[in-house]
Amino acid sequence: MSSTPESLADFEHFVEQAVSKQLLRFFTAGSVDDGKSTLIGRLLYDAQAVYEDQLADVRKNTSVEGASAIDFAQLTDGLRAEREQGITIDVAYRFFSTVKRQFIIADTPGHEQYTRNMATGASTASLAVILIDARKGVLPQSRRHAFIASLLGVNHMVVAVNKMDLVEFSEQRFEEIRDHFSSFAALLQIKDICFVPISALHGDNIVHRSERMPWYSGPNLLGHLESVHIASDRNLTEMRFPVQYVIRTEDGFRGYAGYLASGILRLGDKVTILPSRATSYIKSLHAHGKEVEQVFPPMAVTVTLSDDVDVSRGAMLVHPLHAPRVAHTVDIRLVWMSERMLDLTSSFLIKHTTQTVRGNVRHVRYRVNINTLEKEPADHLALNDIGAVTLECQQPLFCDTYKRNAATGSMVLIDPITNETVGAGMITGIQADNLQLASDGSAGQPLSRQERVARRRHYPAVLWVGNNYHLQRELERMLFERGCLVHAIDEPIAPEYAAQLVGILSSAGLISIWSSLALGSAELENAVQMAENSTFILADDAVDPGSEPVAISVCKLLEDRGILFPPD
Amino acid sequence: MNQAALNHLQALEAESIHIFREVAAECRKPVLLYSIGKDSSVMVRLAQKAFAPGRIPFPLLHIDTTYKFPEMIEFRDRFCREIGVQLIVHTNRRAIDDGANPHRLGTRACCGLLKTRALLDALEAGGFDAAFGGARRDEEKSRAKERILSFRDRFGQWDPKNQRPELWNLYNCRVNQGESIRVFPLSNWTEFDIWLYVYVENIPVVPLYFAQQRRVIQRGKALVLADHGDVLPWENPTLASCRMRSLGCVPCSGAIYSDAATVPDIIREILAFRRSERENRVIDYDQEGSMELKKREGYF
Ligand SMILES: Nc1nc2c(ncn2[C@@H]2O[C@H](COP(=O)(O)OP(=O)(O)O)[C@@H](O)[C@H]2O)c(=O)[nH]1
Repeated sequence: MSSTPESLADFEHFVEQAVSKQLLRFFTAGSVDDGKSTLIGRLLYDAQAVYEDQLADVRKNTSVEGASAIDFAQLTDGLRAEREQGITIDVAYRFFSTVKRQFIIADTPGHEQYTRNMATGASTASLAVILIDARKGVLPQSRRHAFIASLLGVNHMVVAVNKMDLVEFSEQRFEEIRDHFSSFAALLQIKDICFVPISALHGDNIVHRSERMPWYSGPNLLGHLESVHIASDRNLTEMRFPVQYVIRTEDGFRGYAGYLASGILRLGDKVTILPSRATSYIKSLHAHGKEVEQVFPPMAVTVTLSDDVDVSRGAMLVHPLHAPRVAHTVDIRLVWMSERMLDLTSSFLIKHTTQTVRGNVRHVRYRVNINTLEKEPADHLALNDIGAVTLECQQPLFCDTYKRNAATGSMVLIDPITNETVGAGMITGIQADNLQLASDGSAGQPLSRQERVARRRHYPAVLWVGNNYHLQRELERMLFERGCLVHAIDEPIAPEYAAQLVGILSSAGLISIWSSLALGSAELENAVQMAENSTFILADDAVDPGSEPVAISVCKLLEDRGILFPPD
Repeated sequence: MNQAALNHLQALEAESIHIFREVAAECRKPVLLYSIGKDSSVMVRLAQKAFAPGRIPFPLLHIDTTYKFPEMIEFRDRFCREIGVQLIVHTNRRAIDDGANPHRLGTRACCGLLKTRALLDALEAGGFDAAFGGARRDEEKSRAKERILSFRDRFGQWDPKNQRPELWNLYNCRVNQGESIRVFPLSNWTEFDIWLYVYVENIPVVPLYFAQQRRVIQRGKALVLADHGDVLPWENPTLASCRMRSLGCVPCSGAIYSDAATVPDIIREILAFRRSERENRVIDYDQEGSMELKKREGYF
């Protein structure tokens, strides 16, 4: 906590500082007795987020007396029933702040039967702290905790190796655990993992550097939490604005309120409205009580549009070129949270962004054995199971994969009779709707360039690689794997037809890769200029002296030039 | 506003506004429980922002135990008039006529009748299926696990085992006939955040929060304002600079010695001495885990 500002002049400055702190939400996971409660109690105590009377309470509850006998674990132990059983069985939220950041901890129980609670805590967190008892090392539970974190898309992880005091602060033991954990974490594609050896009970490497582990040169736990870079793990390119509430006033104001789920929205931007596919422009933007020129996620926003179009709750304003998929059938990873089993007869209300639609299970694809992380065939899911199913919805969802956009890729499943929340789903695949003539008026309309670009996620381009035929093949395959429409051209093309050919290839939305066998670079550049619907790129411009393969730097060049959209 | 990053207060504000809109959109008939305290003032401001330039699309409900400080009632009436919201005041008349008061019944039974019962009656009478409350998770240990949307059965009771998981910002607002939800848009705010917000947004609060010279009596652990309650014959009020840290009924609200006469003073005070605010509420001392017991019975 910050120190007290003395004068009123200091105060303004202090407020400015206090207000400009950023919020970090993290969750903690560990098996029973790993020391999670002790660790959280210690963090709160050292950050002075514990009040005197709460300390008094804890002293009262603890059988051992004396000032040094503060039982940190008890600071965080909530409900009575739980106190009796001596374990934490629900997600508890704790708050503390330091000079640099404000923190919300979701304290989640670790046992397998509480998988749903951990998923709940992880769903709003940007970082996971996974506790490991140094004596026990990496247990199957630890894998499960890491798996749930990665499933929910938590990109940052701290592995706190606790009770180092009980293994003589051994560097070798720490390294064993680190290597063991790293080897399977690699499979989970977690972007950022930091290992810290600690003793929660004695305070080593929590807020201060431990003198008893001079061999450890990394940050202490709090130091890391204060500085870890979480800058926008959000998708800022693909604008999605689910309409939550329509605001009307007597004097004719009609605004659409909601939170900006992804992307950036500016005054005057053109937007497409789903499901009608009507388009309009942003006439005004109001956020947090002010009129503003642009908004970014996760702001609470009210927009007005320049046209009188039909928009109600559940509609979504989206970027015209980067629209989400509109689909009835989706594949999801599912955390099942109900005592009643999920099987092929299950049907739900599906809450997705601001829409609620009816849906049912078409196919149970597999269950994940959460201890071995292996996929097992399954025809049902039981409480706390994690599996993969295909859902069929009665109305279309406007969605992306969870990996690409958590806000439009997540859903909760609700039992239509009891109204209980029975599952949490993350979209992994979106199936094309069955062949039919579109009913939105687009049937029979010519395909536009914009539609092609939006579907393929790249612009057409003409790439010249000189006589590097190997690069030509590498690039063709690399772009193809990425889902691009691509073609390598290496048979001689008559210069007088080149412009026409480039024009046709480009209006098909294709990226063509030309070698010097096909055409010389000057003639090709000339042809691209005449065709007017493409961009000419010299692969040579990308070759940097670094060590990465040339094909990769060419792809990066294409990204930099805005030809390729960022990958999924 | 900083490019592409909200500060923590804006992040909390965005979350609260989202909750207000979601519940207003999905529930049939919501109401905002207005208790006149600082948290209520902040809630009302957030609700205003959520629906601006429109009006707040639900009424405010105040459960008046008749034991509130007169300054509170005065503030309430002026505040609601100025912002133009509909205010419903409900009192458990029958219990009061039967002579319910904290001295006779003890604080537990008194709260049960004048607050909990009155609240349940008022919610039923109004047919409200969702009630916004200003409780925060940092207030008390048993609140740390409270959901943002908390479910009450047909008897208004809370079962800790039967609460719905809350994932992302996808709130499940559905209830069956007769059931209701309590909604806590300030769940993730701390006392410090509330005061900081009061300061930066310039939100009016009841003057009792600010220190001034008042006549007080020290009763055991509690410091009682002499001009409001009954002074017993052997008690000798003294003059002291003090203020209320949280506001409730006169007999159950203790003051604290303080010189904090402005919002900045209060913020400084919070930083300087760390005692959780409910300590001054006499009710929590009744029984170990007492707040939790009350909640199970339907208390907010
Ligand atoms: N020696 C030692 N004991 C610890 C440490 N951290 C926790 N403990 C003890 O381990 C036991 C379990 O801790 P607790 O925090 O209740 O674990 P939880 O079940 O994960 O919340 C308690 O007796 C703690 O005092 C540590 O760093 N060193």
